[in-house]
Amino acid sequence: MKRREFLKRTTKATALAAVCGGAGWFFNNRQWFNYEPPMVSKHSFEVAPDNRFPQLTLTRDENHAAALHDALDAIGSIKRFVQPGERVTIKPNVGWDRTAAQAATTSPLLVGEMVRLCLEAGASKVIVSDVTCSEARRCFLRSGIREAAEKAGAEVILPMRDDFVVMDLGGELLTSWPVLKHFVETDRLINMPIVKQHSLTSCTISMKNLYGILGGRRNKLHQEIDRSIVDLASFSRPTLTVVDATRVLMRGGPQGGSLDDVNIEHTVLCATDQVAADARAVEFLGLDAARVGHIVLAKKAGLGAIDYRSVGYKENI
Amino acid sequence: MTIQTVRNLRRFSQVLFFAVFCWLILKTNFDIDIDPTTVSEITLPYPVSIALQFDPLVALATLLANGTLFKGLLWSLVILIPTIFIGRFFCGWVCPLGSLNHWLSEIRSERLSFRGKGKIESNRYKKYQRIKYYIFLFVIAAALFGTLQTGLLDPLPLMARSIGTVVLPATHAAADGALGWVKSFGIPPVSSAAQSVYDFVAPTLLNFRRVHFHGILTIALLFGSILVLNRVFTRFWCRGLCPLGAMLGIFSRYAIFGLQKDEKSCDHCNLCLLSCQGADNPDIGAKWRQPECHLCLNCQAVCPQGSLKFKFFPTLEGTVTNPPPIQKVDISKRKTIASLAGGAALFPLLRSGDSFEVNANERLIRPPGSVAEDDFLARCIRCGQCMRVCPNNALHPTLLESGMEGIWTPILIPRIGYCEPSCTLCGQVCPTGAILELTMTEKVGDKETPPNRIGTAFFDRGRCLPWAMATPCIVCEEWCPTSPKSIYLKEEVVLDREGNEVRVQRPYIDPNICTGCGACEFACPVVDRPAVYVTSVGESRSPDNQLLLRRKDPSRPSREIPYER
Repeated sequence: MKRREFLKRTTKATALAAVCGGAGWFFNNRQWFNYEPPMVSKHSFEVAPDNRFPQLTLTRDENHAAALHDALDAIGSIKRFVQPGERVTIKPNVGWDRTAAQAATTSPLLVGEMVRLCLEAGASKVIVSDVTCSEARRCFLRSGIREAAEKAGAEVILPMRDDFVVMDLGGELLTSWPVLKHFVETDRLINMPIVKQHSLTSCTISMKNLYGILGGRRNKLHQEIDRSIVDLASFSRPTLTVVDATRVLMRGGPQGGSLDDVNIEHTVLCATDQVAADARAVEFLGLDAARVGHIVLAKKAGLGAIDYRSVGYKENI
Repeated sequence: MTIQTVRNLRRFSQVLFFAVFCWLILKTNFDIDIDPTTVSEITLPYPVSIALQFDPLVALATLLANGTLFKGLLWSLVILIPTIFIGRFFCGWVCPLGSLNHWLSEIRSERLSFRGKGKIESNRYKKYQRIKYYIFLFVIAAALFGTLQTGLLDPLPLMARSIGTVVLPATHAAADGALGWVKSFGIPPVSSAAQSVYDFVAPTLLNFRRVHFHGILTIALLFGSILVLNRVFTRFWCRGLCPLGAMLGIFSRYAIFGLQKDEKSCDHCNLCLLSCQGADNPDIGAKWRQPECHLCLNCQAVCPQGSLKFKFFPTLEGTVTNPPPIQKVDISKRKTIASLAGGAALFPLLRSGDSFEVNANERLIRPPGSVAEDDFLARCIRCGQCMRVCPNNALHPTLLESGMEGIWTPILIPRIGYCEPSCTLCGQVCPTGAILELTMTEKVGDKETPPNRIGTAFFDRGRCLPWAMATPCIVCEEWCPTSPKSIYLKEEVVLDREGNEVRVQRPYIDPNICTGCGACEFACPVVDRPAVYVTSVGESRSPDNQLLLRRKDPSRPSREIPYER
């Protein structure tokens, strides 16, 4: 064997061996290559309690934007909740392919106004998203929320399959569950539910609206819906809850469809206590919060007060 | 203009029409932005099915099958009338499947049959090219009796169906898979580069969501076979099987445009045969066949002697060494009659099986606005546009749900997607009126108008959580979109295994109100075989397939009778 050939063949053989060995090592321990820093995700976005402000405010005004401004000012104004440079995620209820008038989805006017307020307060970015029930594109289009939020300067993000992160929600029932990352990888979370009747839970307002941060097979949760709502509400703590009670869906909820089922109330609530917000808002449906399973359970879990007057309540009707 | 320029024009035309056709299919989806304050209904901005309405075979076959030319089908005359004068220009210049076959056939090959003598031999006229005429006559006779089978092999619906339900969804799956694979390396710059490539192609090539289609392997098999056959014989599909090509060939019987051969200058180099697309014998010494020629003009362009010339009113007289061309199609009277008789026999054969009249599949849920089943089978060309546009991925090509007769016609599979009440897109894109375009009022109904119904939901109480397992649920009621809801609840106290009292709400269907949209079945948490399911009974399109003697709808004062369109 000539020296040249010897070198050639040993080089080739070594190269092949290196490829095999490298591949084996590569597939054996992928972590080695994973330089991505672990994701920082939060789930509590609350502001520090402040005795100067009530925990729940309510304003009735036919000018809905004015109602929002008034209720928000009474609870400490947007400056209390959004600091300059922060990223804000707004979670309206965009569950169904319905128009705003049908009162199954949050008022686009209020969502747009909220986006504007956040940006004025110096938010670096405002995201509007929701894990809808009906097809997301249709819901965001027909509800008018995409239009309104984008005009106001927000980024509307439809849930994509890869955007869910499986998290430990630390609940009794909800342990490991996929959550849309925009609701945990942010600085501030603003929950913007609408008040609707629901046959199983009697109402769907703030805490039930948090279902929309979850992916996966949510329909299983109905089997123990009160427990799952409370687990979720103890996991996800929004900075602020803005309840849209400008229109209230009295029957046929949560999807509605008929204008005959809608009551016009022209009311907006702002709250730092989700339970108090729900306790006050169920009154629009003619219900008593003390008889609504998940609200009672939430109080027991120490999430807030059913007797909303006890935590500071201010209304302007 | 030299012949080379004209040939380049033809190449440009092929690319252009291929691109337009694909673009229209890409645009057949819910990728639109509207301002909901000004637009009440979601409509597509482009007439995305217009290409299919230019298809003369669609026009002829639907005209024979149901007696009318629907909407834009008159456009097909734009193809047909020039064909009568100049021949099958459509095949060589316009047809997207023809162009695809052309390109795939011309890729260089190692096979001997694709070079030199082998190719020259295979490009001479062959008897198998007659098959397409028999296929055409067969499906046309079948259409005359009311069963429309042209769509299975008609190149434009075939192409639309194959791209829309096979190529694009498979591309999407491949892209997602590739992206996930590259990202799994865990090397950040590589991952982000892959993501940016993905984000770049996604808006144009990929649907806004991943879709899945029932039975696409059969569609893929046909489409794949057609493409692969090009590697055996140049444009085997166009030459031998295409019923639209056959129709255009028959209509070019009296063409005034054709190939004139000058035998004196010819030195029999056979270059014309080497590049011939239609196998129509362009060489001197054989009879040129008008109905086989795609007018690609390759023969004239490659002829070094200038012996071949396409012109109006070519000299038709032949000489001893150069016989005159043939304008008639090469089919025998007996086989013509046999094909027509076979097609005519197809209808009674299909309908005397256990067809929809006697044994309809209860899961044969047609898209909203579909016409009655016999009319539907006389209109649907299986182009798959409704399946492509459905934003909920609810519509799928059937396999045998509507019998052999209805293979690849649309069916709604609620488990995969339900019919969105506010959506009328499938009716908007249907090129032949098998699915009529509904207004929003006709779709969801109002005080005077009944809604369009596609079936009725039923509970399987043995699988339903509140009915059988003492467990609260009612997701179906939550999802029910009618007002008032078709699903109503009765609260009951039941005992669980230990004898504890459990308060559950048990769901019931009110068949008076249910529209069969399938939202309940879609949402049911019993995932494998849902505890609530939709069957076709009660569908608006059929006066017979009804459950109730009369409908008592609390939201509508007058009695509602199932209507016939």
